[in-house]
Parts: sequence; structure tokens; C-alpha cells
Amino acid sequence: MNRIEKVFKTMKVEGRKAFVPYVMAGDGGLASLKEKLVFLQEAGATAIEIGIPFSDPVADGPVIQEAGIRALNTGVTLQEIVDCIREIRPIIHIPLIFMTYMNPLLAYGLERFSRDIQTSGIDGLIIPDLPIEEEEIITAYLDEVKIELIRLVTLQSPIERMEEITKRGKGFVYAVTVNGITGTRAQFATHLSSHLKKIKSVSPLPVLAGFGISTPEHVEEILKYCDGVIVGTKIIELMEAGNYEHIRALIDATKLPIA
Amino acid sequence: MTTTTLPDEKGHFGMYGGRYVPETLMQAIIELEKEYEKAKVDPSFQNELNDLLRDYVGRETPLYYAKNLTKYAGGGKIYLKREDLNHTGAHKINNSLGQALLTKRMGKSKVVAETGAGQHGVATATACALLNLECVIFMGEEDILRQQLNVFRMEILGAKVISVKSGSATLKDAVNEALRYWVSNVEDTHYILGSAMGPHPFPKIVRDFQSVIGQETKLQFMKKEAKLPEAVVACIGGGSNAIGMFYPFLEDREVRLYGVESAGLGLHSEKHAASLAKGKPGILHGAYMYLLQNQDGQIQEAHSISAGLDYPGIGPEHCYLHDIERVKYDAITDDEALEALQVLSKTEGIIPALESAHAISYALKLAKEMEPTEHIVVCLSGRGDKDMEAVRSKIGGVKA
Ligand SMILES: Cc1ncc(COP(=O)(O)O)c(C=O)c1O
Repeated sequence: MNRIEKVFKTMKVEGRKAFVPYVMAGDGGLASLKEKLVFLQEAGATAIEIGIPFSDPVADGPVIQEAGIRALNTGVTLQEIVDCIREIRPIIHIPLIFMTYMNPLLAYGLERFSRDIQTSGIDGLIIPDLPIEEEEIITAYLDEVKIELIRLVTLQSPIERMEEITKRGKGFVYAVTVNGITGTRAQFATHLSSHLKKIKSVSPLPVLAGFGISTPEHVEEILKYCDGVIVGTKIIELMEAGNYEHIRALIDATKLPIA
Repeated sequence: MTTTTLPDEKGHFGMYGGRYVPETLMQAIIELEKEYEKAKVDPSFQNELNDLLRDYVGRETPLYYAKNLTKYAGGGKIYLKREDLNHTGAHKINNSLGQALLTKRMGKSKVVAETGAGQHGVATATACALLNLECVIFMGEEDILRQQLNVFRMEILGAKVISVKSGSATLKDAVNEALRYWVSNVEDTHYILGSAMGPHPFPKIVRDFQSVIGQETKLQFMKKEAKLPEAVVACIGGGSNAIGMFYPFLEDREVRLYGVESAGLGLHSEKHAASLAKGKPGILHGAYMYLLQNQDGQIQEAHSISAGLDYPGIGPEHCYLHDIERVKYDAITDDEALEALQVLSKTEGIIPALESAHAISYALKLAKEMEPTEHIVVCLSGRGDKDMEAVRSKIGGVKA
């Protein structure tokens, strides 16, 4: 069984909620990736999303854009990132998920990429510029090596589309919480709770919410309606600032009993 | 094989095109496609558009026999399709008006657009002023500097121009920001994409709205010469004036079609915008297309003296037409384009846009190899007023 599936099975049995932080590979130098993953695992992350930098990330706001530029400026390549994961994997036991855009994968070669990430110990893949209409381009290769393609559902997806996406999905469903790009938000749309409930009601898979989540209060509130949260921009900001205590506080918010 | 039935229902031209966009935009582009297909066969929509094209834009545009330019080149006869005479000074208005009408039809009240040379921005700001739509235009900081006049035109027309500082601060980055803005405002905003690129259905919609260029050309040329031209030439940024000119000729195999990219400082240099000559297929801005990129799939900065050609990709239909060899693609350098701009100005009294000057330059080369009984039509996509400052800084001018 894939690590992602296994983890969520256990979480369900134990009645726990998931916390998935995002880090940009190569930001601060590739050598720092190991420390970051070790810290996040130890702090209680359920799984970790690892961003692969791309020059033109249209789904990302300024903070993740800049983290990507910092990473690219170090000259880091996808090959080096894959090799780095292979090296770190023995000490990381939680699922690792790559998040990136299509073009770096195409340049690497989709078949080779799928094989290489599997042998290096990656469990899942999120591609924000790959809607279900185009996913055939890569799914056969991923299925072959049992890498789970995590699909996104958004505030714009009508119910039939939610059903189609969650039916195809593997691992978990990524519920995008805003109309927009990544980046911290002070507030969410008032209909977010009913939207998350709707996704929960159609999805055979666990539902994790992400985009904009930035405070322990957000985490607590959103967890009332889904199975976990994904936090990107805020984690990058806190890591930049060296504020590890605040990261722990975000993760600990998932451990509070749900009111 | 027929080439005019593409794209397929998923928006693919062979392997190119498609809809590689964030999920948040999927619903909007599916809706756009539905609404467009309805509008296409709705006589009231078509009449409204055609009336505006005639009375507001000034269509049809002339097909002009450039006798002096022909004499200068020595060889085949050169005709110019005068898209520079459209209201706002370029072909871009054909598409902007069509999409602004679609915006209304979809019940949306706001428009976002990107612009490079500022021609698409001006055309879109114009259409929005006419149809009472709110308008936000993203433009690279670098382009704002080179195209001051157009920036001010957009502002006078009531559009909000937002400077984009990320990446190379040119057209590619303006598209990134326009897409990000659209994702965040999709409920009341339509994205009027300015070239035959981006996710399906944009390449098709833009092509269809620009095809009026080729349709008119074909009829006008027939009337004048009682045959089809031997060659047709157009410049290519994303590829909208070119596909609009070429599309009605695709099935006429005897007509040779030439697309001209920017070779910038030369194809051997790193500074050019020749996506077909020097790029390889990849995915950017929602479509599979030829792209200037490094071996890790990071997009490279394009360079061209003309802001409108300064784009590291090329529309998916052109990629397909390149692979099946229906259209021949070539590139013209900054210096050659500057030279052609001056030649056309001095011989014919027509100052072309720097973009269009690339097509003129190529046509001059082509004409030399053709017989006087043979004919070339060049799409003169826009007028050069916007480029005067940039040209003066290159070639100098009289000082007071
Ligand atoms: C006059 C003119 N011609 C050509 C272009 C290039 O665009 P396209 O390839 O879409 O025709 C532009 C773009 O700004 C333009 O202003």
C-alpha cells in the first residue's frame, strides 16, 4: 500500500486530522532541505509537500514565487532534487509529495520522472496546471509505479465535476479554499464551510483544504469541515524568519479536540 | 489531410494546445467555449460584430499594391493588407471587439488583458470604453518604458494599467499576472487574451475573430488579379495576425505561407524570440507549444526590438502547421526590421509597426527570388507611431 493511503487509514482509525506543510526545494540551498523535512516530521506533520521551482508559477502568489526564484538562483535542478530525496528518504517516514508545474517534468521526461521519483521515495504528485481533461498525458506512467496523482477541487467546480474529480483521485483530494493563487489570507469566503461539506459528501477520499491558511484559528475552524489542512505560504514565511515555534503552533492546532 | 477542422473537441492541434490551466479556471473556459459556439451561429451576435467592424473599426481594410516597394525589391509584386488602418492602429481590435461582445453575452462586467506592445491593451481598452466594461491591463515594466504613448492611450480610454515587475518584465510576465488576476476574479471578469495562444478555446476564438483578415484578402486579391497570391507573409509574436491571415488559405495548397519570428540580435545569440527555430515543445500559459527554455524546462527570456514579438512561445496552431510543413517559419533580426521600417516609410510613405516591419523585411528577400508575374501579400499588422521613440533611440534624429 502507498504510504499516503496507509497514513490516512491510520488517521481515520485514530480520529486524527492531517497537517501537510509545503517547502520549496532548493530555497536556502538544497542542503537545508534535509533539516527542514526532519524538523517538520518531528513537529508532527502528516506528510510534506515539496515544491519544485519553476520560472512561471501561475498558481502561486508572491511569497512562493520568490522562494522559487531564490531556489532557481542557486542553480538547483530537478535531477538534484530527486537525488537529494533519495538520500534523505531513509530518515523520513512520512509521505512525501512533489508539487510542480508540467514543464519541468516534460523537460525531464514524464516516464523517467515517474520511475525516478518512485525509486527515490516520493509517494504523490500535485500538478496545479494539469486539470483532469489533460491528465492522460502522465497518468499511465504514474499508475505503473503507484505514484498517486492528487487532484484539486475548487470553489468553481460544480458538483458533477467534484464527483468526477474525487472519483478519479488518489490519496486525498486537495480542496482549494479560495478563488485565487497561493498566499496568506485574513479571511475566507463565508460559503467555504458549505463548499467543504459538499466536497466531503461526494468524496470517497480524505479531503484536505489548502491556499491561504495562515493561523492556528484558521486551522481549527477549517478542520471542522474536512480531514486536514495544507499550509504553504505561511510555512515559507515562518521558515524564512526562523520562527519554528509558530510552525509548531500551527501543527499543534490540528491536535486540538474538534468542538 | 485537412487542416481547417482543428482543434479537436479538447482543443488540441495534433499534440499542441489543450487546457493546461489551474482547476479554478476550468469552469470559466468551459463556459466561454459553450458561449462562443452559440455566438458563432447566432446571427444577431454576428451582425452586431460585423456592424462594429464596418462602422467603428473601418473594415474592410484596403489591399494595397505597393508599386514603389516592389520596384525597390526587384522581383515579385508586393501587396500590403492594411491592418494598420484599423481604428487603434493594428489588427488587435478585431479580436478585442469580438471578445468584449462575448464578455457582455456571458453577463460579465469586467475585463482583464495582457499587453506587450500596448496595441492589444489599447484595442481592449477601446472596446471596453465602447461597451462600458471595466478594464484592467497588465503590462511588463520593460514594455511600459518602450511604449509610453500606448500606456497613456490606455489610461485616457479609462483602463487601469498595472506594471509587472517579475521575470523579464515583458509580455510573458504580463500573461502570468493576467492569469493570476483572472483566477482571483473569475466570477465577474473575462480574460481577453490578445493572441492566438493560451488554453483552449482562446487559440480558436482569436483565430476566428482574426480570420476576417485572410477572408477579405482572398476576395480582394481575386478581384484585382483573378488568381490567388503565390506567397503570403505575416509576423509572429503569439501568432494572431498570422493565423488570421493564413487560416482562409490553408486549404489552398498552391499558396505558400510564411510566418516571421523575431531573430533579435541573431539566432546564434541568446537574445531572440524565435520559439520555433530555437525552442522545443513544452507547456506554458495553458498550452502545449514550442517554447524557449533551458534543459531543465525553465522558460527563457525572449528578446526582440519589438515588444509585440517579445514572447518565448508561439500559438499551438502554428506549432502544428510548422510540424506538418504547411507554413514555413523563419526569423528576421532587429537590424533587418529597423531597415525595413525605414525602407517602407521612404518608398511608400507608410510607417509600419516594428512587428510588421519583420514581415516586410522577409517579403523583400522573398520578392527578390520571385518573378514579376508572381505576387506576395504581406500582412501589415499595425502602424508605427507607437515605435517612433524606440526607433529614434536606435537611429538618431534631428536635434533642435
Ligand atoms: C502591430 C502588431 N503586429 C503584430 C503583433 C504580434 O502579435 P500577433 O503575433 O498575435 O499578431 C503585435 C503585438 O502586439 C502588434 O502590435
